Amino acid sequence: MADRILMKGNEAIAEAAIRAGCRHYFGYPITPQTEIAAYMAKKMPKIGGVFLQAESEVASINMVYGAAAAGVRVMTSSSSPGVSLKAEGLSYIAGSDVPALVVNVQRGGPGLGGIQPSQSDYFQATKGGGHGDYRMIVLAPASVQEMASLTMKGFDLADKYLITSMILADGTIGQMMEPITFEDSEPTVYEKPWALTGTECKRPHNVVNSLYLKPEELEKKNFDRYEKYRVIEENEPMWEEYMMEDADLCVVAFGIASRVAKNAVAEARKQGIKVGLIRPITLWPFPTKALRAAADKVKGFISVELSMGQMIEDVRLATESKKPVSLCNRAGGMIPTPDEVLAAIVKAEKGEF
Amino acid sequence: MATVFEKPKSLTDAPFHYCPGCPHGIIHRLVAEAIDELGIEGKTIGVAPVGCAVMAYDYFSCDMIEAPHGRAPAVATGIKRSRPENIVFTYQGDGDLASIGMAETVHSAARNENITVIFVNNAIYGMTGGQMAPTSLPGQVTQTSPYGRDVNHCGWPIRVSEMLATLEGPEYITRVAVNNVKNVKNAKKAIKKAFQNQIEGKGFSLVEVVSACPTNWGMTPKQALEWIESDMLPYYPLGVFKDRTEKGGCAQ
Repeated sequence: MADRILMKGNEAIAEAAIRAGCRHYFGYPITPQTEIAAYMAKKMPKIGGVFLQAESEVASINMVYGAAAAGVRVMTSSSSPGVSLKAEGLSYIAGSDVPALVVNVQRGGPGLGGIQPSQSDYFQATKGGGHGDYRMIVLAPASVQEMASLTMKGFDLADKYLITSMILADGTIGQMMEPITFEDSEPTVYEKPWALTGTECKRPHNVVNSLYLKPEELEKKNFDRYEKYRVIEENEPMWEEYMMEDADLCVVAFGIASRVAKNAVAEARKQGIKVGLIRPITLWPFPTKALRAAADKVKGFISVELSMGQMIEDVRLATESKKPVSLCNRAGGMIPTPDEVLAAIVKAEKGEF
Repeated sequence: MATVFEKPKSLTDAPFHYCPGCPHGIIHRLVAEAIDELGIEGKTIGVAPVGCAVMAYDYFSCDMIEAPHGRAPAVATGIKRSRPENIVFTYQGDGDLASIGMAETVHSAARNENITVIFVNNAIYGMTGGQMAPTSLPGQVTQTSPYGRDVNHCGWPIRVSEMLATLEGPEYITRVAVNNVKNVKNAKKAIKKAFQNQIEGKGFSLVEVVSACPTNWGMTPKQALEWIESDMLPYYPLGVFKDRTEKGGCAQ
């Protein structure tokens, strides 16, 4: 049994990445994720890895693009305004089908926003952010333990599907400390015959590229990529259900919001309200089947979010709007209290959505 | 029978898409010859820009990647830091390197990133049809400076080599031209040295190649080569602006 150790969420991401075989980190300072870069700056030189502070977010994501194309496990991390700057590179990485891990420890927005926790980059992470038809696997940790385990899983999914895995965390989980366990396991090594390694004059040259001037070719690339996305949607959704067995109300929340919501659900149960929680762990692929199945059982949903209501659109889509969905939200760095969520549950119990 | 002339191994058989009279073909060939002569084809990785040379990945037979506009030095940094044993070069135009990618250019030079940069300066955006570049000359007529580049309105052209040479970081910064045989021969020497420096681990080497764009300059190829001599070279003088080794400096 591995040791339990006390770690900050951001440090857990960094340590997990190293344990997953990541030896290349490129980043640019921004609050509230700086501990990741600091951890990497300290550790990487000692283990033969590379930590490089780039001149900008734009440069750092393009260094990630180059390193990913060269076949190594590579990551960057940032927070909301910085991730906007990375959008160009994310689109190129998607269009070139190379694997990378990108962390967004979200803060309030838009614009420079604030430095307190937020979930308002849900649209950016799950619907695009950069240009063109593309998806990223979006993993939403709700604990320091999951900051670590989803980082490791994110690298595997990225290599398996040649896609970007994004850890969509928030400032709270990034900054808080919890005891966690690292399982002793060797990282899976994936063959990368497409990587830029030099031909050694023994094979035709590899080209990593997203330019296809013939529309028929570009269309085929898009259709092929969406077939890959369909497989991911089929096989990779992850979610947690809490007290859903007999529930006739369903709270939907991810990340730090789900921690608050869980307390509210437990409190509501004490008051005799049959409410449960579905916590999406993958935001893309969204756990559509779980939500759709719940829609046949419950009388309504409550989407609890640290935004003006972004995931709620996916809840409505997943449930085909068969049941009403209300929004319980705070924004700009504010976090709802369990009482606020409980009040929304009580309201929903009375049929008010 | 002795072979007196052949296509470099480092070029593929794909025909260039460049306009008649465009020196990109010459510069591609010089790069390929340097790679061949140094025997590094099998371990070279090239980074194509956005611009006229965007499809350079079809022309060079080594492993290639296509970078976002201006980001080639950052992409090259990612590759080189992952595979230091490989030889990594970028091939960029003036819009790519000196406008949208200036930050990536300056900082990769400041880090003395051990890469080779081929910078083709033809004072215009070619691919998009002839707009004003950061290196367009004062008074130069382009699609977006139809009355001639007015320096009071949009500033002065940037001498990239001179500017980068002020940095402590880079190993080798030089400007060459491809407007006559003598200059082409010198350009070849500079390009080869820029790759040799990387092999020896010396660091950032940039060769600025003053080139022509007959199509967008509205000139015949011959007139364009003459315009390099009469108008480009007085503003962009040829020479070595930084060579740390020559100064007996501090190569790593």
